[in-house]
Amino acid sequence: MTTPTPILRVENLTTSFRTDDGVVTAVDDVSFNVWPGESLAIVGESGCGKTVTSKSVMRLLPEYTSMIAPESKILFGGVDLAHADERTMRSIRGAKIAMIFQEPMTSLNPVFTVGWQLDEALRYHTSLSRKGRRERAIEMLRLVEIPNPEQRVDEYPHQLSGGMRQRVMIAIALCCEPDILVADEPTTALDVTIQAQILHLMEDLKKKLNTAVMLITHDLGVVAQVCDRVIVMYAGRVIEKGTVREIFHSPQHPYTKALLDSIPKAGRREHGKRLPTIEGIVPSLDDLPEGCRFEARCPLAEKRCADEEPDIVPHAFTERPVRCHFPLNQT
Amino acid sequence: MSLIRVDNMVKHFPVRGGVLNRIVGKVHAVNGVSFRIDEGEVLGVVGESGCGKSTLGKLIIRLIESTSGEVHYDGTEITHLGHNDMLPFRRRMQIVFQDPYSSLNPRLTVNALLKEAIVFHSIVPPSEVESHIDKLMAKVGLRPDQKNRFPHEFSGGQRQRIGIARALALNPDFIVADEPVSALDVSIQAQVLNLMMDLKDELGLTLLFISHDLKVIEHFCDRVLVMYLGYVVEEMNCLDIHGEARHPYTQALLGANPVNDPDEDRELTVLEGDVPSPFSPPKGCPFVTRCPLVESRCHEEMPPLVEKTKGHRVACWAVE
Ligand SMILES: Nc1ncnc2c1ncn2[C@@H]1O[C@H](COP(=O)(O)OP(=O)(O)OP(=O)(O)O)[C@@H](O)[C@H]1O
Ligand SMILES: Nc1ncnc2c1ncn2[C@@H]1O[C@H](COP(=O)(O)OP(=O)(O)O)[C@@H](O)[C@H]1O
Ligand code: SF4
Ligand code: SF4
Ligand SMILES: [Mg+2]
Ligand SMILES: [Mg+2]
Repeated sequence: MTTPTPILRVENLTTSFRTDDGVVTAVDDVSFNVWPGESLAIVGESGCGKTVTSKSVMRLLPEYTSMIAPESKILFGGVDLAHADERTMRSIRGAKIAMIFQEPMTSLNPVFTVGWQLDEALRYHTSLSRKGRRERAIEMLRLVEIPNPEQRVDEYPHQLSGGMRQRVMIAIALCCEPDILVADEPTTALDVTIQAQILHLMEDLKKKLNTAVMLITHDLGVVAQVCDRVIVMYAGRVIEKGTVREIFHSPQHPYTKALLDSIPKAGRREHGKRLPTIEGIVPSLDDLPEGCRFEARCPLAEKRCADEEPDIVPHAFTERPVRCHFPLNQT
Repeated sequence: MSLIRVDNMVKHFPVRGGVLNRIVGKVHAVNGVSFRIDEGEVLGVVGESGCGKSTLGKLIIRLIESTSGEVHYDGTEITHLGHNDMLPFRRRMQIVFQDPYSSLNPRLTVNALLKEAIVFHSIVPPSEVESHIDKLMAKVGLRPDQKNRFPHEFSGGQRQRIGIARALALNPDFIVADEPVSALDVSIQAQVLNLMMDLKDELGLTLLFISHDLKVIEHFCDRVLVMYLGYVVEEMNCLDIHGEARHPYTQALLGANPVNDPDEDRELTVLEGDVPSPFSPPKGCPFVTRCPLVESRCHEEMPPLVEKTKGHRVACWAVE
């Protein structure tokens, strides 16, 4: 028996941007693994570095203003994507690691038909004939439950609803049977009933094709519904990792707990009560504090927190990684 | 006492097309909606994108004119009032918009934004305008010394507070809050919801609270209207919504909302298809194309919104 190994290992990923206000580090020393067939969530509020993390993995960041630190590693199939050349990336992107984005209209090309866009991926990454590719395109549309795929394949993106466009994106992403699907807020722009359709579809396809999913979202409800493991980010840092149960039932970082508490609970009859809040806002990347990045908003902050940033280390009891001097559940 | 009574509100937007730009049809945005809001009450409106929530909110305060229907505000029918007769009502009815980024004039400082309306409506004597603005800023949790800044210098949550301050500047008694927290992160969303709850209690405001998020509606509102394709399909007390919702669409909305609990091993309710276009709504019940309970009658006739139990109205043939 072979021990399972992660298909993707991200080690000490640090991604910075040159801006008018100097260099800002959007993702700071982030490490995580993706295991075959799992759903990994990356959660956090806007601006905490989720998208930059996923775009670093895909190497889709602006060429001249962004940089990945030399010590960062993104290991996939024996290649370090962090420092791979564009030719290598092109053979991996779309074929072995595929990505879907938040706004399906902007990521589909409006002047080409759905079929043409599916064909583009198939032409590049498979050796199928033209006829074979068209059949495969229709088959993919059927797989993502688009009604009348024979007809839809020749339609343009604007002729489809938002939910259907997201399905087409998923079809394109999955047509080469990638090992990993990176989904950055795939349902955020959609209504809840359409979101439910897409989440259901993604779970279904994951089971059928055994694709690992890296799901990036700010919606903890979505995470609870579909993910196995969770990474919580705050201001460019990973602050806690765990299984979805661990994160929801025994959060260790004060931010994770506060975030969970601040969501209105469905059906819990807390109607009319004030919500627990996190005072203040996320610090700006060009003005990060010396110490813990959550210090200004943290109810548990002590003197040490302002002076010294905690490392991400195993919790004294649970051994689950947390970045806090005074984590919860100490007894 | 009802502060507001809306009777049979209808709004059809003309759609133009073709080379001659003739009217080729109409969007049925709001289709005969009636309800009341009591003084001091928060009435929620929930439904998916395009179902007519914002249109309804704007119709009530006459930011847009209705196709037909009446709005009785504190005993006066206001849809027929002329400009001058409408002015006092304009002061009393305010709106907070969804998008804190685009709803504030970027060229005006916060001070200028707030001053405009206060001076126009002579809310306080000129000598007290500045102190009124300071008080407003403090009330919504902003530092009065920041009032000479421009909107872009504030964060999303702070901008939404400015939007709320602007709505409160005229001492209104009714506010339409159109998705006031939808564009905000959860932790900021909680801050703004708490602020609105405090202000409502302190100032005795009446609110129409629009949201596509049932969790937020449940938390914040007393009663809720569920809209679909321009119709109210269910109206009920918010506390009852989990046990008592009867309309198949309300139940689908509840079931499609992920719960923040990984142990709740619940499959999401998955409705087939999309919301039909309001340009060509289906015949009969608006929900007929997606409803799991559909029967033949549903294709023929629109079910009326009828009271099933006290305060609970449902529009569905399948509900006894
Ligand atoms: N000025 C207009 N001209 C034409 N159609 C309009 C206009 N304003 C709204 N509509 C249409 O009326 C319908 C209802 O729109 P409305 O903005 O009220 O929806 P909503 O429920 O607020 O949606 P959302 O959740 O996306 O804000 C939609 O089909 C919309 O496209
Ligand atoms: N191309 C860029 N140039 C400069 N800064 C950027 C760029 N892309 C993202 N950032 C900054 O990096 C931080 C993280 O962004 P992002 O990963 O998009 O956040 P999110 O977690 O919301 O996806 C933000 O402060 C953002 O402003
Ligand atoms: S290190 Fe201190 S400030 Fe930071 S999260 Fe922990 S207790 Fe709070
Ligand atoms: S009237 Fe018919 S189609 Fe409409 S909601 Fe009821 S059962 Fe469904
Ligand atoms: Mg993002
Ligand atoms: Mg709206």
